[in-house]
Amino acid sequence: MKIVIVGGGMGGTILGNNLARRLHHELKTGKVRITMLSASEKHMYQPGLLYVAVGSMMPDELYRDQASLLEPGIGFHVDPVENFMLDKRQVKTKSGAVHDYDVLVIATGSRAIMQGIPGLAENAETFYTEESAVKMLKRLREFQGGRVVITVGVPHKCPMAPLEITFMLHDFFKERGIRDKVQLHYTYPIGRVHSLENVAKWAAPEFDRLGITYETLFNMKEVDGKNKVLKSEEGSSTKFDLLVAIPAHKGMEVIEKNGLGQNGWIPTNRTRLNMEGQENVFVLGDTTNIPISKAGSTAHFEAETLGENIAAMIKVGSAVRDYDGKVFCFIEAGKDRATYAMFNYTTPPDPKEPTRAVHWFKIAYNKLYWASARGLL
Amino acid sequence: MMAEKRQIDARGSFCPGPLMELIAGMKAANVGDELEVLSSDKGSAADIPEWVKKVGHEMLSTSEENGIWHITVRKVK
Repeated sequence: MKIVIVGGGMGGTILGNNLARRLHHELKTGKVRITMLSASEKHMYQPGLLYVAVGSMMPDELYRDQASLLEPGIGFHVDPVENFMLDKRQVKTKSGAVHDYDVLVIATGSRAIMQGIPGLAENAETFYTEESAVKMLKRLREFQGGRVVITVGVPHKCPMAPLEITFMLHDFFKERGIRDKVQLHYTYPIGRVHSLENVAKWAAPEFDRLGITYETLFNMKEVDGKNKVLKSEEGSSTKFDLLVAIPAHKGMEVIEKNGLGQNGWIPTNRTRLNMEGQENVFVLGDTTNIPISKAGSTAHFEAETLGENIAAMIKVGSAVRDYDGKVFCFIEAGKDRATYAMFNYTTPPDPKEPTRAVHWFKIAYNKLYWASARGLL
Repeated sequence: MMAEKRQIDARGSFCPGPLMELIAGMKAANVGDELEVLSSDKGSAADIPEWVKKVGHEMLSTSEENGIWHITVRKVK
């Protein structure tokens, strides 16, 4: 039985380790082989980029060697897949190697696309890559005051990022002693300040209390860099001195090039996590088109379900449970406080008042992540 | 190019939610395409038409069946 995992991010890594433990005996006897094909020898803790952008984490804290995170027995290759030949049950990598599979798992993730909005890449700061987060930090340090506009594209990775960066910017400028010279203005695509109704009900009064203005039903259309104006699809516009963007995301190019899904999102069964029409191809994390948050925790909980199911299929010939849509997101609320939202397909979240305890747990989780990726937490 | 009819199954989606799914779907659609959103959130019956009107697309129909809202919209620009 050959299991091939494409992608070494959070979903692929947790799944690989989960399977290696559940199938320890089968790996030892050669009945099962697990291969992971990734584009990078490094594994990045992506949520840390938010902290890099405001100078509270350094980029080197975000990385570990991918091989060091994996259970023995997983064949790890830095050799990204370029061709998916699902009819032959094969994938072909950049080096030209062809891997046969009985079970294929695609967990290639997503990427922020600044180029999707005219003028955005040239005029906005963002934090979805190491390079952009460091650039944003330098810009924030140099900024002496004016109007900061936070704007949000759809879909985007990490649904709490728009709120979190806004609260963090409030703290950042306050600590620099220039908050009174900075106007923070938040825009959001739908008719409230967050997609989760209960989160929006909590966040809007917080914005009011902190003097953060906001405009809802605002979807970026274009940026006029010369006049420093951001225009929306809805016909409004807003001036800025510093523009911070949470840009729209797409799945990876290789997914679209292989015709597996429009914009790089693969049509995926929401409970079994198999690619639609493919019984032995599974999809994890951001790569699915399931209408839930593109977040590390989504990939984490999906990977745990899938690990249990693939192992059970090998041992008893049947999956054992459905993915219930579980997502858990911390919400950094500023001033060393945080809360969280946990929900699934049937139960909406009910976030509590932010506390220092949750904030410090989140800071601890920034380190505990590595235990999570190893499948220990 | 022939206009297409697409379905966006946003049942059980609290985050990003049906309207965000529609906004993303609209970006990927061509002018003239019809998008039907399935939503288990009754709020969609109000917030989707509000956005569609504001941005200038066309509402085609809204109906509810066994707790699922079917909201159909045409991309016009």
